[in-house]
Amino acid sequence: MEQILNRLKQKIEIKSVINKRADLYFITIKKEHIELVLSHLKQQENFTHLAFLQAVDYIEDDKFQLTYMLYNYDIKVNLGIKVFIDRDKSEMTSIHKLWPHAWQYQRELKELFGIDFPGSPRVDESFVLEGWEEIPPMRRDFDTLAYSVKTFYQRPGRTTNDPKRYMKEKLYKNFAKSPESGRNDE
Amino acid sequence: MNITTKILYAIISVLVATAYGLTLGGIVRKIYARVHGRYGPPVWQPFIDILQTHGKRVSISHGYMFYLGPVFRLAGGLGTYLFIPVIFGSVVFSNFSMAGDLLLVMYFIFFGQLGMALGAGEGGHPYSPIGISRGLAQMSTFEVPFALSVIALAIQYNTLNITTIVAAQQGSILNWTLFTNPLAVVAAMISLLGMNMHSPFSIVLAPQEIPIGPPIEMNSSFLATLQTNRGLFGAAKLVLFMNLYFGGAAHPNIFIALAIMVVKTFLIYMFSVFVGAAFPRFRPEQSMRFFLKWPTIIGIASIILVAYF
Amino acid sequence: MNKKDINNIEKEMKLANEGLSEKERTLFSDARPTPVKPLNKYLEKFLNWARAESLWILAFGTGCGAIELRPLMTSRFDMFRYGIAPRPTPRQASVFVIGGYASIKTIKRIVRSYEQMQGPKFVIALGSCTINGGMYYDSYYTINRIDHYIPVDIYVAGCMPRPEALIAGFNKLKMQIKAGKCDGMNKYAENFDWYKENQKRVIKDWNMPDYNW
Ligand code: SF4
Repeated sequence: MEQILNRLKQKIEIKSVINKRADLYFITIKKEHIELVLSHLKQQENFTHLAFLQAVDYIEDDKFQLTYMLYNYDIKVNLGIKVFIDRDKSEMTSIHKLWPHAWQYQRELKELFGIDFPGSPRVDESFVLEGWEEIPPMRRDFDTLAYSVKTFYQRPGRTTNDPKRYMKEKLYKNFAKSPESGRNDE
Repeated sequence: MNITTKILYAIISVLVATAYGLTLGGIVRKIYARVHGRYGPPVWQPFIDILQTHGKRVSISHGYMFYLGPVFRLAGGLGTYLFIPVIFGSVVFSNFSMAGDLLLVMYFIFFGQLGMALGAGEGGHPYSPIGISRGLAQMSTFEVPFALSVIALAIQYNTLNITTIVAAQQGSILNWTLFTNPLAVVAAMISLLGMNMHSPFSIVLAPQEIPIGPPIEMNSSFLATLQTNRGLFGAAKLVLFMNLYFGGAAHPNIFIALAIMVVKTFLIYMFSVFVGAAFPRFRPEQSMRFFLKWPTIIGIASIILVAYF
Repeated sequence: MNKKDINNIEKEMKLANEGLSEKERTLFSDARPTPVKPLNKYLEKFLNWARAESLWILAFGTGCGAIELRPLMTSRFDMFRYGIAPRPTPRQASVFVIGGYASIKTIKRIVRSYEQMQGPKFVIALGSCTINGGMYYDSYYTINRIDHYIPVDIYVAGCMPRPEALIAGFNKLKMQIKAGKCDGMNKYAENFDWYKENQKRVIKDWNMPDYNW
């Protein structure tokens, strides 16, 4: 894996490398290099499987993060390639020429995040939302609760409990510590 | 005997046959359920289903042929049934068997399907033409061994009159066609599998791929008519097979004769049910190839056997 | 009232079918549903009994609840003993089981299938999502109350209700049908405009006839 990354580093600049597990790596690269990197990885390094392509909305930094997840069947390694793109002019090069099935992911991203992929087939067709008129719903500045209240009919009398507090009160009353006390990742 | 009593008797006999056919369907569902380890629907469930579909308040029609489809189907069932003597020697259950012969009955078996094909085609749903083309194709193929077997019978008994054929089989169990001409019976029984549309040959209704095929657009009373016909036509087919191959039902006491009829037809029906429970479904072209191969050869062999030996 | 008025009223009673293109409009019916009176008392009672004893459910699985219908058919729960059977086409079915959350894409199909069913037709709504939105109450694409879009006869609460609860729901439905209380179809026809308004409020790309017979 080190060699693969080194070979990649000779070609382009890699901003960061995260090694989560022995078989799971994430690298961050620049937006312009994506096609180069992906075709290199696919053709030279045998990362033949595009497992998924998804986006995260970092509204605080005004960025979308795209993750291309690749898999190599020879050395059995997952490699995630992260790219940051601007939130305002969210546009990305389409990779449907490398992996034909990518058009479906790109269509989904176009609909749910509003990220455009010029040239990708059928990218403008609706994916799950039929006749959507608001801003793309997975953007974090879209208020789903307000939209739901506005559009759908709320049934009066519905109450919501915070699961954590509720469980503590109802189920774990007798325990001195709540069940999460052993965990230190919070 | 005047025509009024004749009609009265015919009505009685049709009602009995329909009720018997529907109950048979209910019993088979129960048996299937028991095999699965379930309790199963009550035996009279088909009757309630018919009432329920009849009891719908609205229904949708797609045109004249759509109306006529189920009517033709029922006419086919009635026609098949009315020209078969149910119980040999009985006045009430002899129907109009003196007026028509085996060829007429075979024609009626086909007639209902054709009418149904026209009617269902007008429904406009794409699945019904698929079901119809499958159904008619399969039907033309299973008709071949059946026709061959009937020809063998005609040569053997020198007649096409069903009553005469039944009469020739009376006396001893060894007089049944089953023993005098076993090859013809084998060919006919295989084509009965196709006629009953149980499992290996259930491509027509195929609920999984072409949701129930031809009757897909049939609703309310249209469907109820079809269900009624399924009972009547099912009974008619079984009675026909019993008459042709298994010695018919004859006894001086009408109730004992009816009981004989019930036992025999039930066993004939169970044959196709067991085969259906044991085998998975054929694809359309497999099913057609099958009918045109072995059953046809057996049918031809039976004719040769009867004609030259 | 003169003839012109009558003509106008008749035109107003026709559905506009605005979602369809000019060419398609002639292919679809523009009649609105009309309430159907029940038959005389005893006949209706008898038919209600038959309807209750032979419930044909439409095999259309919406939401998580569709998975609960499968065990019902198996040996363990065996719905057939109650006269309940699945039916593949809406034309022949009489019970519609809404299995949980309905997204707008699904509600479009639900409305269409519901209208294609021949009455009297009954609706069982399964799971809290159909009652008040359940855990999807704040979702942007799932409706909260199914009873604003089609009439509902029985609710089965839970997330997800067990098959036993579903069977209990079916038996309750039977009791109601026998008592002659399930008249969802007429309710739909009488409040047709209200239902249509609600439906059109969420289904933005309405590209089907206003009433699918
Ligand atoms: S109530 Fe629960 S199980 Fe049912 S659809 Fe909603 S989330 Fe799914």
